[in-house]
Amino acid sequence: MNRYPEIADRLMGLDEAVTRFVKDGCQLAIGGFTITRNPMAVAYEIIRQGVKDIHLVCHSNGQALDVLIGAGCVKRLEIAYGGNGRYAPTCVRFKKAVEGSKIQFEDYSNYQMSLRFLAGALSIPFIPTKSGLGSDLMNYEGFSRDVRKEPKVANMKYAKIANPFSEDKDEVVLLPALTPDVTILHVQYVGEDGTVRIKGLTFADIEQAKAADKVIVTCEEIVPRSFIRSDPDQNSLPSFFVDAIVKVPYGAHPTACFNFYDSDPQHLNLYRKMAGDDSLFKEYLDEWVYSVASWEEYLTKVGMETILKIKANPVIGYAVGLDRK
Amino acid sequence: MIQYSDNEMMALAAGRFIKDGDIVFAGTGVSILAATAAKRIFAPGAVVFFETGGIDPSLDEIPMAVADLRAMSGTALNSGLIEAFSIVGNRRLHTIAFLGAAQIDRYGNLNTTVIGDYFKPKTRFSGSGGACDVATFASGVITFMQHEKRRFVEKLDYLTSVGWYKGGDSRRELGLKRGGALAVVTNLGVLKFHEETKEMYLTEYFPGVTIQKIVESTGFPIDTSSAVEAPAPTPGELRVLREEVDPQRLICQAILAAPQEAK
Repeated sequence: MNRYPEIADRLMGLDEAVTRFVKDGCQLAIGGFTITRNPMAVAYEIIRQGVKDIHLVCHSNGQALDVLIGAGCVKRLEIAYGGNGRYAPTCVRFKKAVEGSKIQFEDYSNYQMSLRFLAGALSIPFIPTKSGLGSDLMNYEGFSRDVRKEPKVANMKYAKIANPFSEDKDEVVLLPALTPDVTILHVQYVGEDGTVRIKGLTFADIEQAKAADKVIVTCEEIVPRSFIRSDPDQNSLPSFFVDAIVKVPYGAHPTACFNFYDSDPQHLNLYRKMAGDDSLFKEYLDEWVYSVASWEEYLTKVGMETILKIKANPVIGYAVGLDRK
Repeated sequence: MIQYSDNEMMALAAGRFIKDGDIVFAGTGVSILAATAAKRIFAPGAVVFFETGGIDPSLDEIPMAVADLRAMSGTALNSGLIEAFSIVGNRRLHTIAFLGAAQIDRYGNLNTTVIGDYFKPKTRFSGSGGACDVATFASGVITFMQHEKRRFVEKLDYLTSVGWYKGGDSRRELGLKRGGALAVVTNLGVLKFHEETKEMYLTEYFPGVTIQKIVESTGFPIDTSSAVEAPAPTPGELRVLREEVDPQRLICQAILAAPQEAK
């Protein structure tokens, strides 16, 4: 009856996962990086459910970040990089939102954001680095004093101290830890025991998951315990960090998923064009998000021709010879 | 006469800086072309890696973003961002990073964040990404720029990534133990930094480009007294770039290293 008794209470649909864990005003972290392994199916569901006032904490989250901002779900953003490689050197809706003062935003760097998630995962209040010295990242605070009083917002962006272990003048930057309410990841495999396996680059997914109060994982496949346990060196996260598991094949489309499918150049180009114009972007959301009743319907819209085109060679990891113009 | 594109010339000019044993940190666009060219032509003993965590990928196809699946295929090791930055800043390694920027100043400080006011921007760009980190930790940074007066400026609208900061010893005084701006490779030539003052000067102008044109395209005074004409790409180098590095011609022709400002 139940094929996966160990994870039965955590196995659910996209709608339930978002309803239960992604609340208005929550602090949200997204796995993946620019055009790879963005948890797009969850992002679309967040938009469909009309979740509001999200505080997004990002390193270089591309496509998911951009649609969430474009759809008006995001009130506040901490970010290192809003870009999609050659498809959008600066993410289009992110750019519009910042230029039009539509969101509260604060800039960090990729390493700083990764360290902040690591600090959250380690349950330490801050973490030192040298990155930021001399940079305007340290001179411009994006958030107002009022915003800084709110939950999960650091009372200042950075602190600077003298290295206490050195006699010489040696300044160090301190970064406040991040503990998101929820982290959403898209991965290749979840074992029937709930163990997560990410193939290819892990980016900061593992730190983001361990730093969060709740974790939603969507996956390409749910695999037998015997498979996930036969080579545990390959695994990324133990089961007890995962609160919701949703099987969503192609759940990162139009971004890529190593060994399964490449990013979809045609779709990303279409997105860039439509996102550049407010009314076209509304049409994009209507067509690809709001009017789509199920993930199967979404994939039907993507179409078999594209699915085959972007399908990765599972030995090499990407779609060899894919036209990426 | 052999025809070649700006990106091809820039990739080759930058690739020549790489030596065997260097660990090369590649960003997007022409920087990936340069890193791959360096390995295939000038320094087969160099190792290319990406800030996303992919170390020494096979690069059978050219990645179009640092998170492209091609940056994680055929690698020696796949890891994450924190591991990647433990390589950039590792004291045992000589790491050279390729970056691009919207603006640069005479000390090689970079802006990839914003044109205009930070809160009310004229144009917003992607932001630091790993650039501030890399500029902090790498042994040296080579920056790709479109050579225009509005990009080579007296004062940056926003200092995202530190080069030589305010010149002289100011970078060291900030608390940064190593690194700094090594060179700037533009569509017109190659610039380096004076050993003591850390001010930018012209070292090479590309074939067909005049020194006058470079001076006019730079928003601050530059010393051109030691500039020489750069060697044109050889047919052999172009063959490697076009047939081995980028056979789909994704970057050789079209893509700029720097973000484009809205007109």
